[in-house]
Amino acid sequence: MRIKLSHPERSVEIKGPKKARDLLRELNLVVEAHLVIRGDELVTEDELLKDGDLVEIRPVISGG
Amino acid sequence: MNCTKCKTKAVIDLPRHNAAFCRSCFTAYVHDQTAYAIKHDRMFGRDERILVAVSGGKDSLALWNILLTLGYKADALYVDLGIPVYSEKSREKVERFADTVARPRGAVLHIHTVQEEEGAGIKELSDLVHRPTCSVCGTIKRYQFNRTAVERQYDVMATGHNLDDEAARLLGNVLHWQEEYLDKQSPTLPASVEGFAKKVKPLYRLAERELAAYAVLNRIDYIVEECPMAKGSKVLLYKEVLNRLETDSPGTKHRFYLGFLDKQTLRQGSGQAGATSMAEKDRASLHPCATCGQPTTGDTCSYCKMMARASAAKS
Repeated sequence: MRIKLSHPERSVEIKGPKKARDLLRELNLVVEAHLVIRGDELVTEDELLKDGDLVEIRPVISGG
Repeated sequence: MNCTKCKTKAVIDLPRHNAAFCRSCFTAYVHDQTAYAIKHDRMFGRDERILVAVSGGKDSLALWNILLTLGYKADALYVDLGIPVYSEKSREKVERFADTVARPRGAVLHIHTVQEEEGAGIKELSDLVHRPTCSVCGTIKRYQFNRTAVERQYDVMATGHNLDDEAARLLGNVLHWQEEYLDKQSPTLPASVEGFAKKVKPLYRLAERELAAYAVLNRIDYIVEECPMAKGSKVLLYKEVLNRLETDSPGTKHRFYLGFLDKQTLRQGSGQAGATSMAEKDRASLHPCATCGQPTTGDTCSYCKMMARASAAKS
């Protein structure tokens, strides 16, 4: 599946199926600081993401 | 995972509340938490005029949306800092939200353009006065938001500070034992002296991740990119550390900041104690700036001093 990442904007290909929380762990990203969005739908940590899914991992932290 | 309330498919899990919600129950949760904060911390009433400080980010646009949805009279002010690309994008997000959501509900968007009013963009001003960009930005925003609120006779100014913002700020203040700043961490700061607007933070009970989720679920188009000037900021580091703790031990940020507020209230003996003591201190130490009249501890306020330095450096 194609994963869109930010800061900096880039995309990576990761083999599915995989739960959202395992995907974040594999990318070394903290759950509390990110949202996982499939297509344009928000998904929970236990959602199974499959090959062919378009997934965005959106960071939520802002402010200086 | 199913919604804790209505048992349909959940879209977000909230480990700190041991809950998960569908879109509709989550939106209700966000509205309820904000309404609770407004009432509990005596922020404003139904008939008061609110000025929301908006940046184009998720928190401030979510706040404007929530207040309008809850039926409050909320206008907004956007300060265009003149940061190449970033300010253009964020202004576009704010204007689009105003056009499509706020204006149809009778709300007004005010815009202050730093390049026009202060004579230079934020980066140039920062170079002219030899101060970090974030410090110049903070001085200008605090000054202009307060000035607009006072001059246009708003009853209260509301910012989109969330639980993560407040917990990170508290961590920074505690790490450096900046006890003098702790009183100012109350979610409601009174209009302690003439020339100061009352300031409130209605989102302080909601985590940053929850507000991002609210924006996504309610189709609020916000600027996802981080401000290019904030790179390397200590606040971002404190947030990262707190989020690592939160992931391992859900509820850490909530217990840290809300626990601090509870202790502050207990220590001073009444519901508005932190704010009262700060109001007393303000009345004893503040007087009008010789140049602009806004309250300050010195002869001239930090904004006027900074602008005088910038003007001298330019000529």
